[in-house]
Amino acid sequence: MNCITIAIDLMNMSPSIAATDDSAISLCGLTKRFGDVVAVDSVDLEIAKGEILGLLGPNGAGKTTIIKMLTTMLRPTEGEARVWGHNVAKERNEVRSSIGVVFQDTSIDNMLTGRENLDFHGRMYGMDGSLRKKRIDEVLELVDLTDKADIKMEDYSGGMQRRLEIARGLMHHPKVLFLDEPTLGLDAQTRHYIWQYIEKMNAREGVTIVLTTHYMEEADYLCDRVAIVDNGRIVALDTPKNLKDLIGADTITLEVQSGGDTLLQSLKSVDWIKSTATSNGTIELRVDHAQARIPEVMIEAYKNKVFIKSVGLHEPTLEDVFLKFTGKKIREAEGAGNPMRAMSMMHRRKG
Amino acid sequence: MKLDLFAIYSIWLREMLRFFRLKSRLIGSVGAPFFFLAFLGMGFGSSTTIPGIPRGIGYVSFLTPGIIGMTLLFSATFAGISVLWDRQFGFLKEIMVAPVSRIAIVLGRTAGGVTTAILQAMIILLSGMALGMIVPSLQGFILSLVFMILIASTFVGMGLVFASQMEDMSGFSLIMNFLIFPLFFLSGALFPLDRFPSVIKILAYINPLTYGVDGLRYSLIGAGTFSLSLDFVVLAVSCAVMLGLGAYLFDISEVK
Repeated sequence: MNCITIAIDLMNMSPSIAATDDSAISLCGLTKRFGDVVAVDSVDLEIAKGEILGLLGPNGAGKTTIIKMLTTMLRPTEGEARVWGHNVAKERNEVRSSIGVVFQDTSIDNMLTGRENLDFHGRMYGMDGSLRKKRIDEVLELVDLTDKADIKMEDYSGGMQRRLEIARGLMHHPKVLFLDEPTLGLDAQTRHYIWQYIEKMNAREGVTIVLTTHYMEEADYLCDRVAIVDNGRIVALDTPKNLKDLIGADTITLEVQSGGDTLLQSLKSVDWIKSTATSNGTIELRVDHAQARIPEVMIEAYKNKVFIKSVGLHEPTLEDVFLKFTGKKIREAEGAGNPMRAMSMMHRRKG
Repeated sequence: MKLDLFAIYSIWLREMLRFFRLKSRLIGSVGAPFFFLAFLGMGFGSSTTIPGIPRGIGYVSFLTPGIIGMTLLFSATFAGISVLWDRQFGFLKEIMVAPVSRIAIVLGRTAGGVTTAILQAMIILLSGMALGMIVPSLQGFILSLVFMILIASTFVGMGLVFASQMEDMSGFSLIMNFLIFPLFFLSGALFPLDRFPSVIKILAYINPLTYGVDGLRYSLIGAGTFSLSLDFVVLAVSCAVMLGLGAYLFDISEVK
């Protein structure tokens, strides 16, 4: 439906053209079927220029298939997608010139050095020699690999290879950069570094970034907006904050030595407490801005001479959001997918 | 188009970098043909006369063009099949999302495979001359280069055809033993074709390498079985067919 409206708008030269001009990517009824299996099911999505958008979902949800269609690796079965104004099925070379891609699996030449890999990439995008040289230094600096530039890729660690691939994706000044599971199989520290590089290049180069991930923290930390993908559909799309707000209040859990009932009675009259619950010696309070409310709860307990052994605080996470929209935890959903595939991915990227 | 020529050159350049970096591959791939040449050459040497070889032509002179054909066959087929390595190690994806035509990718790889095969053939040619082969004339040498390019392109194309049909390298030994070796033995590289029974001869006559080896003999030692123009036409056609088929299959197999 969306596509038709846009088409009509374009013909009438109506003001809504400005809105479509702002989008780096637009998907309209995008569908991919492999035989009887619907991998991507009629997805509509607009991604703004300069945005970091995350596709969050378990393995097999259809994230990579969406990316493959947007990067011209796969042809859509139905529907349409435009990247920087170019149709992914009909203007493949124009799309390819506008994008950079960092694949889920490594895609570097192990026999070549980091610099040679980058140089080859620049050549493939028609960059001339002096421009390549300058740009190679820039992107290497961005991912802190300047001093490793002339080492063969097979001697890089997994994290370094990934960083080089990210630098390579940026090499030819793409308008949109696709990152498919950029931190899969990397340790926590390396993951944090890579997040910083991604933020830095979004800020410094203004590149629009589309990334897929099944790590909640990654989506939460990096993305301006998150699209939750499940069974080939986008089931929720908003900023991480708004998504978490959908879950509602925070939870404060109090473990009480004695006098729990008295405390519960007096808390029931406090207007900012949305609801209370109790079960063997613990009291659960549902409140907004829990961190600021804990001192007040403590004062209330002191007044009632109730001794509190411990206080717990749970703020809604994207995990809760995922649970709400898909009815399952992301780890469970993953188990139902194809564990062998996930394992072979991990195996391929050496630590 | 300008960009595409640049892309072909760049893909060729990468093949060269890889080739010279993998010293063991360079030495390993010349090893087998060198030993064939050296030991068969020394074994049959001057003492035996082999029927069918023109008078005045020593066995080493007869054998060297054949072994050059063998080198080109093995090296070029391997270069074509090695697209599989790129697929397995993911590098193919890097090339496939670049704004470069599929034809340019195939031509770049072919140019790389042909160059590496001819470099190896040169080592064999020099070895042959060291072992007593007739030194070819300059025109003969240049003509032989034309045949080498055609032979190598044909078999890079064949390698690409196999690569498009294979999932990984596990089928490689099957192809090696049941296709590449028979092609080699049935090409007249080691002995004249008229030693074969007529049924086997037919197989030899549909083998493009037969015409390649014959063309190489014409140009390098001035003695062949067919005519130079027949050798050239058959090879040019098989080269066009194999490369075209390889490029087509490569294109459709990678869009998935």
